[in-house]
Amino acid sequence: MTETKKTAKGISRRSLLKTASAAAGLAAGSGAITGFPTIWAQNPITLRQFGTGVSNINAIAEKCKADLGITLEMTATDSDAAAQRAVTQPKSYDIADIEYWILKKVYAAGVIQPMDVKKLKYYDKVVPLFKNGKLKPDSVIAQGTAPHTVGFVEKAGDKKFAKEETQWFTMMPTIYNADTLGIRPDLVGREITSWADILDPAFKGKTAILNIPSIGIMDAAMIMEASGQLKYADKGNMTKAEIDKTIDFLIKTKQAGQFRAFWKSFDESVNLMASGEVVIQSMWSPAVAAVRSKGIACKFQPLKEGYRSWGGGLGLASHLKGAELDAAYEYINWYTSGWVGAYLNRQGYYSACMDTAKGFMSEDEWGYWIEGKSAKGDILSPEGKVMEKAGAVRDGGSFEERMGHVACWNSVMDEDRYMVRRWNEFIAA
Amino acid sequence: MATITSSETENAGRRPKSFRLPLAVISYLQSVPLALILGFFLLLPILMIAVVSFWDYDFAQMYPDFLTMNYAETLGSWVTWKTYLNTLKYALMVWAITLVIGFWVAYFLAFHIRTTSMQMVLFLICTVPFLTSNIIRMISWIPVLGRNGLINSALVGSGVVSEPVEWLLYSDFAVVLAMVHLYTLFMVTPIFNTLMRIDKSLVEAARDAGATSWQILANVIIPLAKPGMAIGTIFVVTLVMADFSTVQVMSGGQSASVALMMKNQMSLLQYPAAAANAVVLLVLVLLMVAGILRIVDIRKEL
Repeated sequence: MTETKKTAKGISRRSLLKTASAAAGLAAGSGAITGFPTIWAQNPITLRQFGTGVSNINAIAEKCKADLGITLEMTATDSDAAAQRAVTQPKSYDIADIEYWILKKVYAAGVIQPMDVKKLKYYDKVVPLFKNGKLKPDSVIAQGTAPHTVGFVEKAGDKKFAKEETQWFTMMPTIYNADTLGIRPDLVGREITSWADILDPAFKGKTAILNIPSIGIMDAAMIMEASGQLKYADKGNMTKAEIDKTIDFLIKTKQAGQFRAFWKSFDESVNLMASGEVVIQSMWSPAVAAVRSKGIACKFQPLKEGYRSWGGGLGLASHLKGAELDAAYEYINWYTSGWVGAYLNRQGYYSACMDTAKGFMSEDEWGYWIEGKSAKGDILSPEGKVMEKAGAVRDGGSFEERMGHVACWNSVMDEDRYMVRRWNEFIAA
Repeated sequence: MATITSSETENAGRRPKSFRLPLAVISYLQSVPLALILGFFLLLPILMIAVVSFWDYDFAQMYPDFLTMNYAETLGSWVTWKTYLNTLKYALMVWAITLVIGFWVAYFLAFHIRTTSMQMVLFLICTVPFLTSNIIRMISWIPVLGRNGLINSALVGSGVVSEPVEWLLYSDFAVVLAMVHLYTLFMVTPIFNTLMRIDKSLVEAARDAGATSWQILANVIIPLAKPGMAIGTIFVVTLVMADFSTVQVMSGGQSASVALMMKNQMSLLQYPAAAANAVVLLVLVLLMVAGILRIVDIRKEL
């Protein structure tokens, strides 16, 4: 009897402490949010940002606090969780930091309000890729969920995307890049020029692709098309028949032992490459940099069929209004004013407002990262680590060379659910 | 306890008799705490999983409904069957290997080590690897088994093979090896426990009656060790059936297990589909445990 009593007491004390601290946390949190101040420097405001893109870069939050006095509360998630949160908990964030294909999924739910381009100070500086899909006037528009196709609406409150540039911008683009295959130049033993090279029997058991269905299927489509197996109407929006053909081909290739592994996370891809388990695989640009920083040769190989590209931006939550909305605009204007852009460029991503970023980069940095010139001095990462020695040239060359050869954008298909089910079959086969 | 009881009786003596709780109520009260804990943390969640498994869903939300679609999709797909077969294959292989290893380790500890203190020391040594995390013990195999790993370097260096052996890593072999490494102790512990309870005079009696060592093992020790083996089996089988990280890491994403399939579905936010899968797995594992309990009465020796 006494023992039971004791336990009960213990639990109640512990739970009491828990409730108390939770309540304190709640009070602190809500106090900061419902302040509605007008001058943030004196009466600091907090913006809650969640998402996949830049939300995991703490340096940005610190700089934002220093420059604007706005506290950024950042939550990084994976893309599926981001899509879910955007729709189901619209009040839990002020700024959505999401990719364009996620925006396509969630915009119809009315959780993101379009921005008035007149309030965006650097709208004119946004690269045309995000306005009409063309980097240069003569560029070909890539397949998939190209950002400009979901970039505008006719008027505030509209749920359907506009066909061309309007006054209402759905998201301010922030970060984007062109992805391709990574290779070990010391181990492949020949020129790699095409996505189809991953199927070369010489690399049997030494290749990998990534096991994230929505991205993996695009890499698979690039491989399929490059090897002449299938010509897609739109790789970013396959029909059921196209999905079937792609998955059947993948299963056949897997059973023939072409793949060594399927990776899911960044570090897995780094380890596969660094240990020599694979010599050619789907990869992300920072992963290539990570392998190289171990002193192991690794190249982000440009391929003749072009790149698979992705892009993200900042969207405003629908519930923002008044002073909070003003603060959010101010944050986005600060964001595009150059410092962040330069930071992202230095990480090997691209900033949407290139001109403003230029002012925050040295001539040598600009030459290496954006113009594709060979580095005159050592190239440092934003954290100050040497990334490349003098004389290095960026894989794939200049910004225009890379972003000008995008074959398709990460996308969400109409047959999404069917695709995911078939992809799981491929992994289980 | 005694003083408390006496003071309670005194108290009760002073009070009117009607205030005294009947014995039956007291037993119920005594079982309340455990019942509450199990109810809230075991039964309720399982019930919710069962309920959710009938719901509808899209990429963002779940919609309360009563659909058998999730079960139809789960049970109607060859992927599910293949994955279950694959998981059962792992369970069977790991079970057989851990049982053999576990039994001999426990047998050695119980019958060949003379002093109890030495037994305890050696038993604790068995648990030393468990002081590090599961994940680390599993991932440590990668540099050993890899293409340029320790074993392959040694084999190639000594000229035994000319090409590195590929099937060491990212294969079923790697998965089973890692699981055996992770789960053998769960077999050793219960078997060791039952072997320690075997009355040594039984062995002496058998020897006096002219039994050989093998006969003693087969007719005395193994039958008496069965409850321990059964408990170890339950541990190992349920652990393997629910494993996803070992399968993913050691097979390099090449093989699927039931739990990995569920994890994939959850990462795509298809919770109702994952719930349906969880219910199917739960039923299967419960059937397996029921089967084990039918064969061996584990309470007999506890």
